[in-house]
Amino acid sequence: MEFTEAQLQRYSRHIILPEVGGKGQKKLLNAKVFIVGAGGLGCPVGYYLTAAGIGTIAIIDNDNVELSNLQRQIAHSVNTLGMPKVESAKRTFEALNPDVKIVAIKDKITKDNILDLIKDYDIVVDGSDNFPTRYLVNDACVMLGKPLVSGAILRFEGQVTTILPREGHCYRCLFEEPPPPGLVPSCQEAGVLGVLPGVIGALQATEVIKLILGRGDILKNELLIYNALKTSFRKVRVKRNPDCPVCSDFPRIKELIDYTEGYCAIR
Amino acid sequence: MQVDKRINIKGLVCPYTFVKAKLAIEDMEIGQVLEILLDYEEASRSIPKSMEDHGHKVLKVEKINDTDWIIQVRKERE
Repeated sequence: MEFTEAQLQRYSRHIILPEVGGKGQKKLLNAKVFIVGAGGLGCPVGYYLTAAGIGTIAIIDNDNVELSNLQRQIAHSVNTLGMPKVESAKRTFEALNPDVKIVAIKDKITKDNILDLIKDYDIVVDGSDNFPTRYLVNDACVMLGKPLVSGAILRFEGQVTTILPREGHCYRCLFEEPPPPGLVPSCQEAGVLGVLPGVIGALQATEVIKLILGRGDILKNELLIYNALKTSFRKVRVKRNPDCPVCSDFPRIKELIDYTEGYCAIR
Repeated sequence: MQVDKRINIKGLVCPYTFVKAKLAIEDMEIGQVLEILLDYEEASRSIPKSMEDHGHKVLKVEKINDTDWIIQVRKERE
């Protein structure tokens, strides 16, 4: 594949980087990334991956755009209120870069559809806002051996980690089971600084790009914690758990689980 | 000097001068020589510097007439 003149201009600042070059840009153009959630994290992740020229980006979300989303979900606008978030995001991303194929999936991700949905993608990004989905995505990626870039945000603090199943830790090595619904902050407690998902989403997109390029160090066996109030980054070392219920050699979890609801999502 | 590939990037300005030169050398084998013909003065300085930063060997930078330069670079690494 040869670059068009427009692509040479669009990706020139990538191509002149020794770590990317024409070859790296072609890897990006051939890559397929699956994003879970078109909210606070999914918006910036999808936006930057679209700008970077990722060949195919799928994004799944079952919600419609609400006014309360616009404080942080930058792919949506007053023009797309009431529209499915994935359709709103698709329009924004396509306007940014028509090279990229955007697959918009308005659906809930469940144990019955996740494996089929993600199987043809190279990397999965979790930008979901609830524990049942977070564990479901982790378990599915471990079962399929798919790299997963996981992000989470609450109030002023965000976390990022990159899971390479059986090479490094997985989410259950960190926290074996989801917390009981009563321990999760209620809707009234669960505020979030609007810019925070921008920082965390940009970090997730960076991890994805490095995975595709095969360059640099990724957050394998590490959890990066950003505190926006303190302006601090902290890395916590995470070991792969040899008795992990899902990624160990003798896993107890062999089938996907849809944890019962009772959790509250931040709208 | 044996030249394995020649490109003409007259009319281009930075950074596209280097974009074209870099894409050309990426497709070559180590040890092969790329010859670049250009007419943008700044690139006659910046391309040799960037090529050396990327680990290649600049063999020649020559002003061949009032407007044009020739640069020869040997590919040293992938």
